[in-house]
Amino acid sequence: MMKRFQLLSVSALALGMVGGAVAAQDYTSFGIDRDLPGTCNYAAIDAKDYSGRTLNIITHAIPVIGEPTALHAQQFGALTGATVNVVHVPFGDLFQRILIPLQSGKNAYDVMFYGSLWIGDLNRFLAPVPAAYQSSTGMMDVTKNYLDVARWGDTMIQYPIDGDRNYLKYRTDIFDNPEMQAKYKADTGNDLRVPETWEEYNAIATYFSGFDWDGDGNPNFGSAEVTKRDDLMFSAFIARVAPYAKHPEVGGGFFFDLATMEPLVNTPGWVRGLELFIAAQKAFPPGGTSFGLGDEIFSFGGGQTLMSYTWDDAFIQAMQSDSPIRNKVAAAPLPGANEVWNRATGQWDHFDVPNRAPYITWGWTSAVSTLSENQDMAFDYLCFFSNEANTLHDLQIGRFGVNPYRTGHFDAAFWESQLGWEPRTAETYVATLSGMDDSRNRVFDLRVPGVSQFMSSMAAGVAAAMAGQKDPQTALDDVAAEWRDIVDRIGKDQLREAYAQVVALEDNQQ
Amino acid sequence: MYKSKYFFLLPGLMVLLAIIIFPLLFTIRVSFSSWDVFQPGLDYIGGKNYGRVAHDARFWQSLLRLSVLSVSSVILQYTLGFALALAVWREMRFRRVLRVLFLVPMMTTPVVMSVIWRTIFHESLGPANDLLGMVGLAVPWLSNNVAAFIAVLIVEVWQWTPFMFLLLLAGLVSLPKEPYLAAAIDGAGPIRTFWQVTFPLMAPISIGALIIRLIEASKIMDTVYVMTSGGPGTATETSSYYIYIRGLRDFQIGYSAALSLTYLVIMIVSLTIIAKVLIRLLVARDA
Repeated sequence: MMKRFQLLSVSALALGMVGGAVAAQDYTSFGIDRDLPGTCNYAAIDAKDYSGRTLNIITHAIPVIGEPTALHAQQFGALTGATVNVVHVPFGDLFQRILIPLQSGKNAYDVMFYGSLWIGDLNRFLAPVPAAYQSSTGMMDVTKNYLDVARWGDTMIQYPIDGDRNYLKYRTDIFDNPEMQAKYKADTGNDLRVPETWEEYNAIATYFSGFDWDGDGNPNFGSAEVTKRDDLMFSAFIARVAPYAKHPEVGGGFFFDLATMEPLVNTPGWVRGLELFIAAQKAFPPGGTSFGLGDEIFSFGGGQTLMSYTWDDAFIQAMQSDSPIRNKVAAAPLPGANEVWNRATGQWDHFDVPNRAPYITWGWTSAVSTLSENQDMAFDYLCFFSNEANTLHDLQIGRFGVNPYRTGHFDAAFWESQLGWEPRTAETYVATLSGMDDSRNRVFDLRVPGVSQFMSSMAAGVAAAMAGQKDPQTALDDVAAEWRDIVDRIGKDQLREAYAQVVALEDNQQ
Repeated sequence: MYKSKYFFLLPGLMVLLAIIIFPLLFTIRVSFSSWDVFQPGLDYIGGKNYGRVAHDARFWQSLLRLSVLSVSSVILQYTLGFALALAVWREMRFRRVLRVLFLVPMMTTPVVMSVIWRTIFHESLGPANDLLGMVGLAVPWLSNNVAAFIAVLIVEVWQWTPFMFLLLLAGLVSLPKEPYLAAAIDGAGPIRTFWQVTFPLMAPISIGALIIRLIEASKIMDTVYVMTSGGPGTATETSSYYIYIRGLRDFQIGYSAALSLTYLVIMIVSLTIIAKVLIRLLVARDA
């Protein structure tokens, strides 16, 4: 147990006083290389005394987010004397385990870790992040994307601890291979290049399916995608749809027309995205039409497939020290679209330079309950969780599920020196991720009450089309009909009010 | 003194009330509310949720799918379980070892076994296709509508045949010897003895086993959840999985309560009819 300082009890005051302090004490026994300067570094938290107080935390199952939650909880307890209880819950149960106590007014958890897209459902129960923490060194370095994700209107109510987005991963040993380039050119008449559009993605993926292009004796395939219905498939679908349906010059909603709250999910841009998703099945490995996130990670990360997209996990898996494809992968922005549906004119607009619409898909976030009687300690815990030393430590452990979300994380040299990545891999990774932050045509999650209902309905429709049970237009028409029912049940005005927050982000009004 | 005996029943009745009656009454109450993610608590919306159930094609399709899955899996379990029970009923080598081995699948955790079976059925890495590949076959186990249904069926049969085996073996062991002696004296062969003696004598326990398994099979959830998530499309979506999606994923608590109660009533009615039919077919005829 570290030495206690019985001086400070008010967190905000403490933050101001110890901010920037550099610890002389050795904290390497906590598993970090060294304590780093910052508002909530080890020395600053060590100066607090929460003896006799209890902090209750609910988080995801180990390892993703659950493991760093528990690790930093144990460290926080050791530093401050607090009793910290951590409840781990599988993802499928996490939402209801958080929401039911909040709805019934029970102060079950002080700190909650969950998917940031649930902000539309949870915002009523989340305590605003105090100004002292918003001006902490860690928070000041968070990129605009993740500050946006953390806000509800003008108020920050989520504490950023992770940055997630979907991006393209591909095999450089194939794309850069002159023999493969020549073969592809000879057979298709096209240059082999990192796909600029989803049509090009499908074409390349299909071409590289069904033969052993890496010489390991097993057939390889073109694309690994998350296609299992209730296993985050909705994210893969939105990533594919976005450039066709998110017109950079047409604001007012991607999922709904904000003015009428009429679903746009069955408009031509969405249908085109679904058609291409279905067509891509030819390039999937065996079983690829029922791949969950884990399957996708291991298919690309294990070297079976040429390309993949979704979150960082597959990339990190591919870059593990024992990976057969370590340093043979690179990152790129999600493919775009040359034809973009303009719902204002009801026509397809042609873009010579493909339209890109980065999907800032849900990531892990954290928040403090308004019902908590330990908000000072809760915010201190979150500030400590995401302090400079802890974040750099967590970023290096793939299974923790913590991905870059601060400007300081977008430094290729860090990935090269700390993880041994080769310069090209590190540079494409950093450039891709930071480039998404700079986009003016972003798509965010549908952060409204009942988001799970909307996404579950959409996933069911897409899955039915993927399985050949319905044609794409019918499937999405059915989804739109179900979305109208959900809007009627929850209430158009409430949904519009919440959806306006999403549109404000997408239309760069904030 | 005579009346005091009722006092001793009170703890049991209280427990019964707490664990059966209260949740049931609460579910009924919830089913008449709009409790969901945005509307917490128990308001009253009349029969709206039940009206919605009536028009929910996905629920009725999942119920039909469940019926096919549970009836076919229970018939297969019964047939295999009976065959295995007959095999170890009589004296044979390694009988005790085999009895234990047959019970292993039933003793494993369904979720764990579903994960293992999902790996077995993995289309590029799993041993099922490795073996089939030796004869030039590759089955899209989890990505084809029919194959995925069969895959779930296989896991169900594998996991629960031992339960049938156990019940039927217990029944066989308890059969009286006299009818067999009489059959032997009359010169009946093994097949005739089975159909004329064993099967009729086993009818009551067979009906019990079938009904118990039908009740259990109709609740199938974990296997579907782990192996297919109800897919491809909705090819393996069963009622319980659908109710889970609506209740715990979508957080439509009121509506999922209405779905649950509708499902409960349908199951009570249909299982009662099935039991009556089985009794008429297997017992009444014999009587």
